[in-house]
Amino acid sequence: MNLPQAVNGWRPEPPAPSTPVREAIGSVLYEFRWIIADTAMLTWRMLMHYRRNPEMLLSTIFGPLMFLFLFTYVFGGAIGRSTEINYIDYLLPGVLIQNNIFTVMQTGIGLADDMQKGFVDRYRSLPMARSAVIGGRVVATTVIAFFSAIWTIGIAVVIGMRFHGGFWPGLSLPFVVALFCFGFAWISALVGVSVRDTQTASSITFFVAIPLTFLSSTFVPIETMPGWLQAFAGVNPITQVVNLSRNLAQGGPIAVYALPTFLWTVFFVFGIGSLATWRYKRIS
Amino acid sequence: MDHAIEVRNISKSYGSVVALDNVDLDVQRGSVMGLLGPNGAGKTTLVRILTTLLRPSSGSATVLGYDVVRHARHLRSYIGLAGQSAAVDDLLTGRENIHMAGRLYHMPKRQVQKRAQELLEQFDLVDAADRSVKGYSGGMRRRLDLAASLVANPPMIFLDEPTTGLDPRSRLELWDVIRNLVSEGTTVLLTTQYLEEADQLADEITVIDLGKVIAQGTADELKHQAGSEFIEITVRDVEDIRRAASVLENFAENNECDIDEEARKTSIMVQDGASIMVQVVRSLDTEDIAVANMAVRQPTLDDVFLALTGRTAEEAATESEQEQN
Repeated sequence: MNLPQAVNGWRPEPPAPSTPVREAIGSVLYEFRWIIADTAMLTWRMLMHYRRNPEMLLSTIFGPLMFLFLFTYVFGGAIGRSTEINYIDYLLPGVLIQNNIFTVMQTGIGLADDMQKGFVDRYRSLPMARSAVIGGRVVATTVIAFFSAIWTIGIAVVIGMRFHGGFWPGLSLPFVVALFCFGFAWISALVGVSVRDTQTASSITFFVAIPLTFLSSTFVPIETMPGWLQAFAGVNPITQVVNLSRNLAQGGPIAVYALPTFLWTVFFVFGIGSLATWRYKRIS
Repeated sequence: MDHAIEVRNISKSYGSVVALDNVDLDVQRGSVMGLLGPNGAGKTTLVRILTTLLRPSSGSATVLGYDVVRHARHLRSYIGLAGQSAAVDDLLTGRENIHMAGRLYHMPKRQVQKRAQELLEQFDLVDAADRSVKGYSGGMRRRLDLAASLVANPPMIFLDEPTTGLDPRSRLELWDVIRNLVSEGTTVLLTTQYLEEADQLADEITVIDLGKVIAQGTADELKHQAGSEFIEITVRDVEDIRRAASVLENFAENNECDIDEEARKTSIMVQDGASIMVQVVRSLDTEDIAVANMAVRQPTLDDVFLALTGRTAEEAATESEQEQN
């Protein structure tokens, strides 16, 4: 590699963190190693935030409680007539996905906050992997979403939800939810790096998440909606992942929903994710 | 020629707003360069270009021999940046903040731990090291921010308005820290709006206004450019001030005399303060004017700014704010 140290006839001193670094920058192994390590570092930072400031978990903890109770006991009597199975069994996967969509929406709000506070300037002046700034937040919210899924399933079981789809599919449920949320977090990240303002990021993500989660099979069977809305709800990725989760828990065809869920997730991670990272790199 | 920074014809514009206009700058290795100018003069833009955060619209710059655009990734291992807003994490402890910065510089874990302890001691943060930053004072946050930017022992450090918003005591503390850095051979580029700060810390000062370099030199050279020394006389009785002023006027370089009645003070600009002072005293004595205080004053950098731009630093700041709006 053509290095510039000859400009004034001397090398920068001390070559502290780095002599091998100079040769390595650009090599796949080097880049990959530091993307992982730097992402892990920033994930740790975020998880420390949750630990030191547990109020951040309030909506994650009480959100599913509220929705499960509200929909089971208030709306459940009426809606339950249109579902083929017990309404709590029908409802749980929907609440799981909806609540965790809101959990990972914190990704973008947090990123916007980092930018407002000048954190991102510090990060960008460091030799760290650039994608790690977004990656750390995405991974951290995904970890929270995973534990939140287990918590939500626990509450649901207490108030009468039962698994009928077999052991392994049931066990895979929180992982499937976390994987989808990992993908969805990149959408929030894209919003965060684009608007760079916590207020705006929070209202945009809210207005993305509300229609996506409600105009789907989250709370009611989409067959009860008018035709034009059914068309939208049918292709909505949330419908795919909710149906997949429901069938994992209650039995029914899996592959037909697993494939679109997987494809959407891949699109979110690689398509939206690259766009978010690209926008982040272009910040000035 | 041993330059840590070489800037050649750097310009940066945002649409029609020109933030930097053909700036040239050389910084000697191991020296402190003070970048002095009012708010909005382009100081931060230049720092952002030199720390690889921003690409210049045209021109080129090298830091430590690395081109800031082409070799940005290599350069980042060797520079530290402490920005205007202390980029420390409120919910982490002081030690954790330094640790995180060190790990993101890709230093080995054990080395970071050792270095963090060293820095906490050096910056007088040992007692607070394991408390969360939320409870830190403004001065402590700045010191921590600076410590984090020094974790990798960078040979070049950028301080963007390091003491803005600090109380006088914290400012003095931070000045000491910066002086220590320099004694260890680190090259420092610091921006400031405080003329006194540049005077105190910088070996060389670059005055920048509306994106252009308008003067460059040591503090003494710049003061020399402003021209002259001042003789200030404070009279005991305010009744005497007009008479004192008319005496002084005869000695003034430009036959002008400033009068501040409230402070009972009158001053003139002269070439050779000490010898003229003697004559001033004699004349005042002859006129029977009682003097409360007299002084020969070196020009401040405020005087310099006034001499260079025809306006005070404060006026210039207001002006560039208006231009941006």
